[in-house]
Amino acid sequence: MIVALATLLLCQLAGEAITRALSLPAPGPVIGAALLFALLSLRERCAKFLPREINDGSLDTAAKFLLANLSLLFVPAGVGVLQNLAVFRLHGVALAMALTVSTVLALIVTAFVFIAVSRIVRDDAAGETGRDK
Amino acid sequence: MSEPFFALWVYLSSSPLMWLSVTLIAYAIADRVSLASGRHPLANPVLHAVWIIALVLAFSGTSYKTYFDGAQFVHFMLGPATVALALPLYENRRAVLRALGPMVIALIAGSLTALASAVLIAQWFGAPQQVIASLAPKSVTAGVAMGIAEQNGGDPALTAVLVILTGILSAIIVTPLMSVMGLRDWRARGLAAGLAGHGIATARAFQVNQTAGTFAAIALALNAMLTALIAPVLMGFMLH
Repeated sequence: MIVALATLLLCQLAGEAITRALSLPAPGPVIGAALLFALLSLRERCAKFLPREINDGSLDTAAKFLLANLSLLFVPAGVGVLQNLAVFRLHGVALAMALTVSTVLALIVTAFVFIAVSRIVRDDAAGETGRDK
Repeated sequence: MSEPFFALWVYLSSSPLMWLSVTLIAYAIADRVSLASGRHPLANPVLHAVWIIALVLAFSGTSYKTYFDGAQFVHFMLGPATVALALPLYENRRAVLRALGPMVIALIAGSLTALASAVLIAQWFGAPQQVIASLAPKSVTAGVAMGIAEQNGGDPALTAVLVILTGILSAIIVTPLMSVMGLRDWRARGLAAGLAGHGIATARAFQVNQTAGTFAAIALALNAMLTALIAPVLMGFMLH
């Protein structure tokens, strides 16, 4: 468990260092996730050089435990929001409308574009195999 | 209040232990209710834990700063949890690679929609430039959104508020909206959730379906990078 947690923290630490050093637009933890992905891809091949906990399921258990409780981690920041709702007094209507409508639009556009492009791609692939025959 | 009880309260209410406990207990209650309701969208555990804690703080006259001294231990774990998103991504890498093309196009379209529609609507309602610049990156994960807002003349504190509200709103809307539209593809539902509502909606997606959660995590990560690149250009164009 300790090695697993240390691995997650080390990935984040390296991620923060890389983001800052190269001034990337991505946040440190996202780069950290990319590093963990690379580690997961290599872990079976490099088992000899890695601590046992990387391959014996400990790392997977720790990561899954954190993700199973992901909602909890947003609670402290959420409480901060409730302390700052005063900003809504001035531009409440504009902000509420923009948040709601824009959120609904973003949800619809993302889902529909994904489905539409998936269908086009699949049709193309089907067309090509059809031509081969 | 009797003298010894008061002394005990003064000690406990200023120690991190008390507010860490309150955070965990409030969330445990909210999560039980959410589970008992069959993960009903309106029983969102973040939303309900937040107001329970806010009530406790208001009644005990505790400042947010004192509260955060305890709650920061929970807040800190957001970083390692974001790193941990690599695991479901790795486990589902074949499904993700198969959908790579449609995914990237959907994310670009969604990212532009989230950004442009928020700016246009706020402009239409006559919000000032600074408020619009703070609002624009609302769908991006908090740390990055605050950076984007600051870069474009917004107020990072206001951005943080709008980002969290957008996350809770997306987590509540996504399931009923997708069901009404008859969208049953978990990949599409997850992508939409992660793009519009970053980590809070991603947490919701993981509660509903593992595939949806994985695709939400990808959308969350890519939208942070995409918006950071698009926002300065688009906002320069729309605000001037």
